[in-house]
Amino acid sequence: MANLSMTVNGKAVTATVDPRTLLVQFLRENLRLTGTHVGCDTSQCGACVVHLDGKAVKACTTLALSCEGASVTTIEGLANGGALHPMQEAFREHHGLQCGFCTPGMIMAAVDIVNRRGNHLDEKTIREDLDGNICRCTGYHNIVKAIAAGAEAMAGGSTKDREPPRQAAE
Amino acid sequence: MSATGIGASVRRKEDHRFITGQGRYTDDINRPGQAHAYFLRSPHAHATLKTIDTKAAAAMPGVLGIFTGDDLAADKVGGLICGWMIHNKDGSPMRAGPHPALAQGKVRYVGDHVAVVVAETLAQARDAAEAIIVDYGVLPAVVDTATAAKSKTQVHAEAPDNTVFNWHLGDKGATDVAFKAAKHVTKLDIVNNRLVPNPMEPRAAVGDYDQGEGAFTLYTTSQNPHVARLVLSAFIGIAPENKLRVIAPDVGGGFGSKIFIYAEETVCVWAAKKVGRPVKWTSDRTEAFLSDAHGRDHVTHAELAMDGDGKMLAMRVHTTANLGAYLSTFSSSVPTYLYAPLLSGQYDIPAIYCEVDAVYTNTAPVDAYRGAGRPEATFVVERLVEVAARELGKDPAKFRTQNFVRKFPHQTPVIMMYDTGNYSASLKKALEIIDYKGFGKRRRDSARNGKLRGIGFSAYIEACGIAPSAAVGSLGAGVGLWESAEVRVNPVGTIEVLTGSHSHGQGHETTFAQLVSDRLGVPLENVSIVHGDTDKVQMGMGTYGSRSGAVGMSAIFKAIDKVIAKGKKVAAYVLEADEADIDFKDGNFTVKGTDRKLDFGSCALQAYVAHKFNGQDLEPGLKEGAFYDPTNFTFPAGVHICELEIDPDTGVTRIERWAAVDDFGNVINPMIVEGQVHGGIAQGVGQALLEGARYNADGQLVTASFMDYCMPRADDLPSFEVGMTVTPCPSNPLGIKGCGEAGAIAAPPAVINAITDALGHEDIAMPATPQAVWRAAQKTLSRMAAE
Amino acid sequence: MYAFNYHRPATARQAASLLAKKEDAKLLAGGHTLLPTMKQRLASPGALVDLSSCADLKGIARKGRNLVIGAMTTHAEVASSPEVQQAIPALAYLASHIGDPHVRHRGTIGGSVANNDPAADYPAALLALGATVVTNKRKLPADEFFSGLYETALDEGEIIIKVSFPVASKAGYAKFRNPASRYALVGVFVAKRGSEVAVAIIGAGEGGVFRWPEAEAALKARFAVKSLDGLKHTAKGINGDIHADAEYRAHLIGVMAKQAVAQATGK
Repeated sequence: MANLSMTVNGKAVTATVDPRTLLVQFLRENLRLTGTHVGCDTSQCGACVVHLDGKAVKACTTLALSCEGASVTTIEGLANGGALHPMQEAFREHHGLQCGFCTPGMIMAAVDIVNRRGNHLDEKTIREDLDGNICRCTGYHNIVKAIAAGAEAMAGGSTKDREPPRQAAE
Repeated sequence: MSATGIGASVRRKEDHRFITGQGRYTDDINRPGQAHAYFLRSPHAHATLKTIDTKAAAAMPGVLGIFTGDDLAADKVGGLICGWMIHNKDGSPMRAGPHPALAQGKVRYVGDHVAVVVAETLAQARDAAEAIIVDYGVLPAVVDTATAAKSKTQVHAEAPDNTVFNWHLGDKGATDVAFKAAKHVTKLDIVNNRLVPNPMEPRAAVGDYDQGEGAFTLYTTSQNPHVARLVLSAFIGIAPENKLRVIAPDVGGGFGSKIFIYAEETVCVWAAKKVGRPVKWTSDRTEAFLSDAHGRDHVTHAELAMDGDGKMLAMRVHTTANLGAYLSTFSSSVPTYLYAPLLSGQYDIPAIYCEVDAVYTNTAPVDAYRGAGRPEATFVVERLVEVAARELGKDPAKFRTQNFVRKFPHQTPVIMMYDTGNYSASLKKALEIIDYKGFGKRRRDSARNGKLRGIGFSAYIEACGIAPSAAVGSLGAGVGLWESAEVRVNPVGTIEVLTGSHSHGQGHETTFAQLVSDRLGVPLENVSIVHGDTDKVQMGMGTYGSRSGAVGMSAIFKAIDKVIAKGKKVAAYVLEADEADIDFKDGNFTVKGTDRKLDFGSCALQAYVAHKFNGQDLEPGLKEGAFYDPTNFTFPAGVHICELEIDPDTGVTRIERWAAVDDFGNVINPMIVEGQVHGGIAQGVGQALLEGARYNADGQLVTASFMDYCMPRADDLPSFEVGMTVTPCPSNPLGIKGCGEAGAIAAPPAVINAITDALGHEDIAMPATPQAVWRAAQKTLSRMAAE
Repeated sequence: MYAFNYHRPATARQAASLLAKKEDAKLLAGGHTLLPTMKQRLASPGALVDLSSCADLKGIARKGRNLVIGAMTTHAEVASSPEVQQAIPALAYLASHIGDPHVRHRGTIGGSVANNDPAADYPAALLALGATVVTNKRKLPADEFFSGLYETALDEGEIIIKVSFPVASKAGYAKFRNPASRYALVGVFVAKRGSEVAVAIIGAGEGGVFRWPEAEAALKARFAVKSLDGLKHTAKGINGDIHADAEYRAHLIGVMAKQAVAQATGK
């Protein structure tokens, strides 16, 4: 067993864990933050995506102990008090989710796309940057719309009535 | 139409918990004192179990119990069942082998359940499972669908020639006569590839036993918790129904794979009593690949006969369906009654004859996956029709129009009575959306860039709203397929609706509430939908077969009728009028011809206060239940058109455009319905281009993770252009047909028809991977060079 | 996973001494190969030495004619580095197409190179650019470093410190991804340094990364897409699997080589 301390959703947490504890297990089992999901064993589905020091990572492929001293944000920490994050709001507004299982990872990945690429995202960019997130319900159509709108809203606009610009024919 | 009523794209009520990480899925549930189960699975496709030595494993740290098939048998826990009896051509019943939850004597596929270890932690359970010594007598494996019946190896002694049944439907004589008279016959050999459903939430179960009450609780990832309780209770013998509660909380997608009653939840709930602790199991993705019921896996030869004008005369189909190593819960119905009755498609075909041989193999059980039989049928019909049009030199749209059913009701030669539809309208709209007229130019533009462009049609029909109990009973179903609802009006006018349907992504909490809000005139937020708990909802048949709107909501509709009728009685008392003079509209009970009225909330309050009721003729309270049994299947239909471009240099296929025009009858929430269409298309495109479960000759699943089984990702798909036409369904009160499976049914032939159009020949199978398309495109290029 | 002990040293030197002391210890870089393997119980190191806190293994610097990248530099850092984009844009492009965005935030150049997965991207760049792998013990040229499938010249206890890339005058990378795993089915890195041309291929070789002399000769004569016209790689020695057989992979080598040259020549 080893001691571990990190910041999760702005709160300091400490624990004693088995070294083989993955970050996702630490979040789900130790902290009971069950919004972060596990959908595969091979680091592909992205249901487990959280932000580690501000960057999207797969919590199923990260040891909890590797996050010593780090700051982790999960889906539970995204909303600001009672106010939803604009990306959360956009997913609801544009029906970017159905069963909801991939959704926390999708939203965390979406916010990361905006952090890396800015607020004005075309459809092609969004689709390519969702390489690490699998959804089985939506066919991605509304996820793409939601992310484009959420990205704009993060710059201060409204999430309503925004369509991503269609990609110009190549 | 109000902002939250029927027809409004209301944003979903359930979303808040999902987007904030507050969903409650089975694996999120932890019971005090919970232990963990790990299943030791067979590494062999086919082997006798000579000995299972658990002694060393049982002594390992944290182990609470290790159980095998012998332990289940000793407790008289029955085997898993198949709930649909199919009869052979000669009238004899199908031949099925036993399906124990933990193997007895033999294992029959890689992933079959040899033993379960229950331990304090999952790691300890897994460590102990590795210490179990199993002496396997490895046998040859039967894997191939087409040749399974000829194999010398027998999967089950009870099923000679590995044949579960030889079944048929239709008039063979009339079909043969029509073929003899035909001027043109189109023939195709088709493989419908095996798929793995892969909902993003893996299956999970938590079994709990209350010693004081002698009662079990099972939390499980189920699309139909009541059916699970029924089977676990009446057939497997875990406990009587009143001592077994099944809860399906938030469920992360199902697509059919969570309909069935599997070994793992059976063992978890049973083991909870054995070890005296709650027992949890959560599948990892590899286990899901190995042991979730797979879908499809048909090998078919099909023929379509036409006269000299291209009028369809008859269809003849022979299919071999692989059901895997055991018969899963509804497996036998999928390649039979969910398949052959759809072979008429949208067309007026006077004679159809279909034979189906179902075989056992040493592979995972095969059962319903989104569409279940109907995608297989649609693929046969729409490939045949497209190829026939090409062979006859006819435009595929015009050829379809020529043969569409136009008069309703229409009795097909294969059971179904189509009630209503307007197939030409959907086709016309889809042609407009895709700009069919401009396709020739787009194709030439692609050719200039060295690309092959193709367009493909799919005019699908499905039978949904499953299903009239009498009809399915006569066809072999072990249950009726009605649905139940209970509408509980609280004293202050808020409403709980208990439904036997189960939502695992479909948005019932919103659409069902829209119906209630619309009909009772109460605000949407005053309506709560309760589902997924057998202690709350008395009985139900669950969600699959695009039935929750047509059947589940019809039950709610019926219960609302009763609430309104009771409300009128209450209003009559309160307003001191004759019951016959009470009208109900826009949330108010009114006395005809007067301005006296009672709003719905006040009526509810008066129903519970009951001060004004005198005598015995009116009971207090406002709560009504209903069972709705449909009178017919519903027949959603539509046209999907796929336009794509192939790079012959790499074999990469890009879908450029997708037009989907569906007739789902009346629509409650267009936003949700369109979402269902999008998701269905993605799964259909996945089948056509990306997905395929493959076993090697030894029966090892070589596509057992997302590393090798290709799931559709965002950049594999385009945005979809979705349109609708509406012919209301005449057989249910809401005029709903159902929308959940349409995309998955429509999409595969649209893609393959587009690819073969681009290639100029028919030599491609699903999944049309880049390698397969590249190889096929070389043929095209050499032909073009020769011309 | 099986149980293991965990160490997180602050310097490469500490890591080396832990590695020397610990029974059956393995280095943990980004973990995106090692951890999934351990989860499947296919690897069971007695200890993990996590390099993520070793500041001396991180960073990107231009040193004269070389671009030097610390072993624990992530793919995302390489992809977005102005130094890399300016010196060897094809290398930034390659890094920006490894795995997916989340993987790129964790995966490192050192981990990728040390693992020498036949479907990983970096080995092609190292081989084509004539890079040098600098360890805590020595300097290894790329063509000596990669010695077979998942095999390198690294000794027990040896740690990659950095990789030094000579700046090429022209370079390009193209890959055809495995549709399921998104690893490279075939990747081709072309580089022109002075009059020398190198074409390195990953994803396709039965023995891992390899060079294509015929293409190099053709491109040496004239560094242009047209030079590769009619040039076909043999299917001999090319691996096949359920996603792509040897013939298709061999064909893709030609297609990807042209795309890589097109990228290198800006055409």
